[in-house]
Amino acid sequence: MGNRMLLLTVLAGGFFMAWAHPSDAKLNVIASTPDLAAIAREVGGDRADVTSLAKGTEDPHFVDPKPSFIRILNQADALIEGGADLEVGWLSPLVLNARNPKIHLGQPGRIVAAEVVRLLEVPTGPIDRSMGDVHPFGNPHFTLDPLNGKLIAERIRERLCVLSAADCPLFTTNAKQVEDKIDSRLALWQKQMAPLRGTKVVTYHRSYSYLAERFGLQVLNTIEPKPGIPPSASHARDLITQMKAEGVKLILMEPNRERKTPAFLAQQTGARVALIPSMVGGSKEAGDYLALFDHIVKTLLMDAGQQLP
Amino acid sequence: MHTRIYACACVALFVVVFGGSSPAFAKETAGSEIEDLKKQMAVMEEQLRFLRRKVEQLETKPASAVPAASVENADVKTEQRLKDLELQVRQQRAPGRGLLSAFNPKLSLSGLFSAAMFSERDNLNFGGHDPKEQGFNVQNVELHLSGEVDPYFRLDSHLVTFIEKGETKVELEEAYGTSLALPANLQLVAGQYFTRFGRHNRLHPHQWDFADQPVIMNRLFGKDGLRGPGMQLSWLAPTPFYLEFIANAQQAQGEIATSFLSKPGETIRGYSLLDRPVQKIGDLLYMPRVVTSFEPTEELTVAMGGSTLFGPNASGPNNATIIYGGDLYVKWKPVDHVKGFPFVAWQTEYLFRDYEAGPDNVNGIPADRLKDFGLYSQLVYGFYKRWVAGVRIDYVNSSGGGAAAPFLVSRAQRDLAGERWRLSPNLTFSPSEFSKFRLQYNLDFAESRRREAVHGVFLQVEFNIGEHAAHTF
Repeated sequence: MGNRMLLLTVLAGGFFMAWAHPSDAKLNVIASTPDLAAIAREVGGDRADVTSLAKGTEDPHFVDPKPSFIRILNQADALIEGGADLEVGWLSPLVLNARNPKIHLGQPGRIVAAEVVRLLEVPTGPIDRSMGDVHPFGNPHFTLDPLNGKLIAERIRERLCVLSAADCPLFTTNAKQVEDKIDSRLALWQKQMAPLRGTKVVTYHRSYSYLAERFGLQVLNTIEPKPGIPPSASHARDLITQMKAEGVKLILMEPNRERKTPAFLAQQTGARVALIPSMVGGSKEAGDYLALFDHIVKTLLMDAGQQLP
Repeated sequence: MHTRIYACACVALFVVVFGGSSPAFAKETAGSEIEDLKKQMAVMEEQLRFLRRKVEQLETKPASAVPAASVENADVKTEQRLKDLELQVRQQRAPGRGLLSAFNPKLSLSGLFSAAMFSERDNLNFGGHDPKEQGFNVQNVELHLSGEVDPYFRLDSHLVTFIEKGETKVELEEAYGTSLALPANLQLVAGQYFTRFGRHNRLHPHQWDFADQPVIMNRLFGKDGLRGPGMQLSWLAPTPFYLEFIANAQQAQGEIATSFLSKPGETIRGYSLLDRPVQKIGDLLYMPRVVTSFEPTEELTVAMGGSTLFGPNASGPNNATIIYGGDLYVKWKPVDHVKGFPFVAWQTEYLFRDYEAGPDNVNGIPADRLKDFGLYSQLVYGFYKRWVAGVRIDYVNSSGGGAAAPFLVSRAQRDLAGERWRLSPNLTFSPSEFSKFRLQYNLDFAESRRREAVHGVFLQVEFNIGEHAAHTF
């Protein structure tokens, strides 16, 4: 009887250990958003399991810090975050409660994408919250510039190489491939977007500053009077006047935002509303990082009344 | 025998906590980062100066000296590089990236105020941070400071002031350290903190979905909730779903430990409390808790937990109290939400207290078992961006202690026993994440008030400044 109990205990313990520590030594990489996850997936290839905490359709500033995320982060080898306050409202308690020193700040397993990109709209003067939800470190929606995607891929490669030196050649090859793919597709996207260079646009939130800079769109104003503050009637009135005066024919917004105000503005000014996902997974066509831009370029050209060259 | 077990447990805990905090897990010191940052800025500024000189040279150079196209190209490239560097320098100098601010604690201040009207002068709101006075109330002004202590701990403190009957009160609500790098999925919390019993007890008033605390929390945990100095060790199980076990030991005396040693001179359901200080390790308050969570669909999250709390009480030299609790939280939020809206969240907690009371030799009341139980269940619906509608129902009741009933001399004492139920609908509007207006109505029926309705209406306003606090689930 005693021996049986011992055997059962050993078997149960073995099963538990196998469950808790799988023998597959792939890196377990967690990304805060799906666009970062998509880049990591390309770099990590089949030597990294990549999971995104936020969904592509979610507002990345307002993700619920679900307890299951604590468990996911507890078993992570690396955490990739956007940084620049993108996840300020939800990520830090998850990391604290995950009890995983590998993903603490300063560790190779903590990858902050904002550290490697040139942030736009960095406030240079005094700021306070009467100015709306301003980001003190700059605009955190930087993955919408494909060249930033390259920089992020390179940072992910560097860190994955530190975490798994044996797989470094693969990560390096994969990163090079991603960067080459971005370069060649960017040339194509630039060519396709050439007719829109200099086009004046209005965006709902400051989500598209990087996209606009890369492709030469001119963002004149936002539907939000201040970052994160809902549109008011007086701001909409001023916007209509400005859009008419400047000949704005395109309004850019994420598919999940309220559409009443943009539709009203469009109706008053004759502009078209372009529904542009701001992250991978934001629409069914934007399945990966390159597909996101394919879809964005196609949508913008279509809504601007242009043909794909 | 018991002392030996406690001693062994303490030694084991000490070894786990301090022996396990390997420097290998340590973060890089912030100091070296700051130094790096300083050096980086100096290099960039030098580069900037150099590039400015280059631009000036190119501008002053005669056009014939170099081919026009080449000058133009060099110009464009240098200008671009200059622009990039300027942005990088600005980024390093951005507000919030100040070199000194890296070491300052994160700071935020929350102010919670309300206007209240009750149908009766002696109303039924007894919570320390409830709107409870006719007219205007300062419910809670809370200063939160937090920061990393070193590679091993983080410190959080909540200093609270409020006004009660015209008098300003100051409280050290919480001040506790949390471990960052314990091995084996362990986490230690030490200091003064709210006991993680259920869901509501650990929340600060500005995190509540309603203007006042649930009745059962007030009846069992007192006006300020259950908190005190202590140590808590928790373990995150390596399961495919979230599962956490918590073991907690806290001081059992003071007015913040109402159901336990509390304060001499106070009464519980008519029984006078003795001066019974903590004398041995068994006189502390202990709590095991288990909490789990899972997601039936990608839009639905369920969290549930069970807690047991036991410790001595001061109605007799060897008396004890035990409190059981179960909590359930279900939240629906669509995957295409905007700024967290819409959502529906349902939260329910059930608590049961078994209080070994007396005998009270001063008043001649025989020993008895006092049973108190009750629940609250609340549903909040974020139906439109910035707007949340909520409804909460409270039910509490008690049994035992019949012989002590004649000694419930004050109305306040009588209100803390017997049956009571309350219905509270409310509507909350948040102009931004940092401010809030709430209108709430309470319809209250208590056995102690001959089951006649007591009405309450509150208009609450909240302001927050400082660090953007991260939300918890």
